[in-house]
Amino acid sequence: MNRSLIISGKIIAMLTLVLGLIGTGCNQGKRSGTVSDEFEASGTLDPETQEQLNTAKRIFYSLPSPLETAMLIKNAGAEYDEMLMNPTANTDRYITSKSKALNLGIYSTDLSYASLFDQTQATLNYIDAAKEMADGLNILDAIDEETIQRLEEHINNRDVIIDIISETLMNSSSFLKENGLESTASVVLVGGWVEGLYIATNLVNEYNLEGNKLVERIADQKLSLDIMINLLEESAEDQDAGEVLADIRELKAIFDKITIEQGEVTAVEDPETNITTLKSESSFDFPQSVFKELKSKVLEIRSSYIS
Amino acid sequence: MNKKGILFISVVALLLALPAALNAQCKQFAKNTCKANLEPYQHDGNYHAALLIEGEEAELYKTFYSDRNYRVGVCGAGNLDDIEFKVVDTRNGKVLYDNSLNNFDWKWDFKLESSQQLKIMVKVPISDIDVEEPEEGCVAIMFGSMNN
Repeated sequence: MNRSLIISGKIIAMLTLVLGLIGTGCNQGKRSGTVSDEFEASGTLDPETQEQLNTAKRIFYSLPSPLETAMLIKNAGAEYDEMLMNPTANTDRYITSKSKALNLGIYSTDLSYASLFDQTQATLNYIDAAKEMADGLNILDAIDEETIQRLEEHINNRDVIIDIISETLMNSSSFLKENGLESTASVVLVGGWVEGLYIATNLVNEYNLEGNKLVERIADQKLSLDIMINLLEESAEDQDAGEVLADIRELKAIFDKITIEQGEVTAVEDPETNITTLKSESSFDFPQSVFKELKSKVLEIRSSYIS
Repeated sequence: MNKKGILFISVVALLLALPAALNAQCKQFAKNTCKANLEPYQHDGNYHAALLIEGEEAELYKTFYSDRNYRVGVCGAGNLDDIEFKVVDTRNGKVLYDNSLNNFDWKWDFKLESSQQLKIMVKVPISDIDVEEPEEGCVAIMFGSMNN
């Protein structure tokens, strides 16, 4: 075999490897399962392509974002309590990628919470803290100087502030997912979710749970637990995600003691507004003892995250 | 370094940069096309987008809360036919919305009387035109919400 053929072979082998990497680089949302029969066939593909599609379906698990979590707290009629937020002075404590990821989520929830209550100075402080965590994770341009300047210029315009926060969350999430760091993206979201749960459980009077909208919102989180566990299980080989998964399983054991009864859902569209109402009846039983147990476990987990 | 070496390094560098460039395009598409059209609903900050090929399906699981109005948007790149999507109750598979019955509208606005976990099922239809290679393009699933 002559030398040029050997070089060509090496080039082909390297290109094959690189193309393989490209394939994984584009893969956001895990492929699994089989194609459903929910959709009618709309055309034809060659048998080989069809076979590949039959064994591949992208699965996405969507957790409440820090912004959504803070909105749920605010809209449940909760109050603002700065003492419940992770102090921005703690940023120096976070050295590992796990602690930075968790606290990027935590500070993002605190940032969203502060901004929704028009706390301008806290908003500025917490975006700096979130930026420090994002920079520590090498998330390029998620929160750049221009973002902070825009935030400062519009600090009294809540709608603009919320839009900026939404964009920074999307930038962080997309950067991590596009760079094969889905596990870190999941850990960020769990950090934000735990912070929301910590704030919410501490804003509730545990001796008067009846009729409290925030208690209902806390109980609703049971509906997201299997989504969270499925998401983390996809990255369970990652040590950080595996450790966080263990925490979430402990919380699930407590959430399982909350009973939620849900009736059948019926979709009714309003022809004037084109908005559909998903009508259904539901009720939940959240005993005080379970609430106390949950609050205590959330405190324990959150303390371990911010320490 | 000889010409072959330079050529090899150039090709590898180009190919390594390609996925990042494609993903960046996907993010820009999601931001400029899908997120922008969620208004007046507030985007939640989550990012769910991927390059899909014709015939490929995706599904997304999410909890939606009572007393909030939502807009779900499923956007496909211009080289793809209208994206099909359905919203399904995860408990029993009941289809609550099917955009093929609504002129393949890219969005659906809804509210809930009680919080529910729902599944968004997405399919990139196969073009009627015979082509050797199926088209591939970015598909984004995004959510916005507002108070009732």
